[in-house]
Amino acid sequence: MSHLALMWSSLFRRKARTTLTLLSVVIAFLLFGLLRSVADAFTVGIDIAGVDRLIVQPKYSIIDPVPMAHINQIARVDGVAAVTHADWFGGIYQDRSNFFPKYPVDPRGYFALYPEYTIDAAQLDAFASTRTGAVAPAQMLEEFGWKIGDRIPIEADIWPKKDGSRLWEFELVGSYDAIGAEVPPSEFLFQYDYFDEARQFGNGGVGWFIVRVADPAKSAEIARAIDALFENSPNATRTATEAEFAMQFANQVGDIGLMMTGILGAVFFTILLLTANTMAQALRERIPELAVMKTLGFTDAQVAALVLGEAVLLCVLGGVIGLGIAAFLEGGIATAIKGILPTFALSTTTIATGTGLAVVLGIAVGLLPALRARRLSIVDALRGH
Amino acid sequence: MTAIVKLEGVSRTYVRGKESLKVLDDIDLTIERGDFVALMGPSGSGKTTLLNLIGGIDRPSSGSVEVVGQKLETLSSKALAQWRAAHIGFIFQFYNLLPVLTAARNVELPLLLTKLSRAQRKANALTALEVVGLADRSTHKPGELSGGQQQRVAIARAIVADPDLLVCDEPTGDLDRQTADEILELLELLNRDHGKTIVMVTHDPKAAQHARHTLQLDKGGLVAATVS
Repeated sequence: MSHLALMWSSLFRRKARTTLTLLSVVIAFLLFGLLRSVADAFTVGIDIAGVDRLIVQPKYSIIDPVPMAHINQIARVDGVAAVTHADWFGGIYQDRSNFFPKYPVDPRGYFALYPEYTIDAAQLDAFASTRTGAVAPAQMLEEFGWKIGDRIPIEADIWPKKDGSRLWEFELVGSYDAIGAEVPPSEFLFQYDYFDEARQFGNGGVGWFIVRVADPAKSAEIARAIDALFENSPNATRTATEAEFAMQFANQVGDIGLMMTGILGAVFFTILLLTANTMAQALRERIPELAVMKTLGFTDAQVAALVLGEAVLLCVLGGVIGLGIAAFLEGGIATAIKGILPTFALSTTTIATGTGLAVVLGIAVGLLPALRARRLSIVDALRGH
Repeated sequence: MTAIVKLEGVSRTYVRGKESLKVLDDIDLTIERGDFVALMGPSGSGKTTLLNLIGGIDRPSSGSVEVVGQKLETLSSKALAQWRAAHIGFIFQFYNLLPVLTAARNVELPLLLTKLSRAQRKANALTALEVVGLADRSTHKPGELSGGQQQRVAIARAIVADPDLLVCDEPTGDLDRQTADEILELLELLNRDHGKTIVMVTHDPKAAQHARHTLQLDKGGLVAATVS
């Protein structure tokens, strides 16, 4: 018998109670694993955002278009190396679950701003010269079984055509990839000129500008200079780094991190109380046994360590099982929600954080019982006081 | 013969709130190594308190307690625990086995405090169970054993670390006459054949007859000593 075996046996003194407590800890850590992964998926773009790119967007609402005419003024700002634009098209390909971003862009300008995106030169030429041309990430072609030359129908949910039709058809003229990307690209890109001419309203506007700065250290200064250009116009802008833009984009559905922290905080607070109550009950029942152990020669510190160890063992066991189930479910969930959260994954950081949290939870619930066990007087405990 | 237990002027007073209760008063006592001593007396006479002081699980209010050559009042709580593990075996009236552990693991429990290997601990525990005649019950948990069997397991636990002194608090108080006699014969065997010094608290005069000496306590003082 080892000390671990002794703790294990003591922990399951009352099997039903410990099993139920363990199950609640498992569920808490399962939730932790999945919710942290959701939060990470929302913010993954922030981590990989370019440091030399700024995003210029409408100051007050991201659904207001910014006049295309701004592009020339922005290009003239000191420190701006290049500028292009994009817009949010929305739209549905076959089914709502097939979600991927669709941007009308200037083909050459867009790929110039994103040098990490690689495209065959001939295909980029075809994209730039084909009015209804579109390009998509290579893995998207594989996923939907598209081939170069296919016509891709997209049903508009924001932008009807001038003739009232909501069906937009694009000719797939190429595919692109990303060098060393942590997250594969997911944007379906098509010609802005075609989009702007054919749409029913909003002509001459774009969703946002993308600016590359010559010196990233001057990003803040350049952002202020750009916003100053349009400060008192009806189309004032707000310029931010790409990371901030990604964060704002994620926060359109609320502060994901705060929501997840709130939910997990409530879950763990409940688990803390529940597990602490279990450990306190277990201690009360075992006071004579702990006194006997002290009588046999276990020191106060050893008895306290055994009690604390049981709490940590319970929480770590629950944490490992919960995170293990989260890892097991991850693949299926990722497939089911890939259209909404293509980067959903249980990261090693989440697993490490969860394991650390389990240890902290164990210490938190075991500390008071351990201190009581340490202070336990043998004579009083054996007398039943 | 050398003294294994030597008490000089030992008193023990318990304080509960504003009340204080003197349970032992100025006890002088010597017990020789290899002896088997029964402590008798009416309830409240201080038998268990005296046993607790000898076993090092309580401290005197005044006086000196020297057991196995160690003055216990000089030891810290930690050192006293380690001293108990090395020198004292405890046997309780209600066995006080850990219900979640098998008989073998209950017996092995004190050996967790030694540097023995896991295999050696297991072997020693089985040997101790053999001594008390319960090797075939090693995988049973206390709930699956009779009272007499549980007390045998408790005795095995008390002797497994080869202590110098066994302190027994009413070891037959919860057993029927026949089982009690078996337990007392086992204690006699441990005293006679294995040389264990035993101090036993009992209410039962028949149990005391198994001891070599009987000490009578009353109102916190030693009043008589007899030889069986």
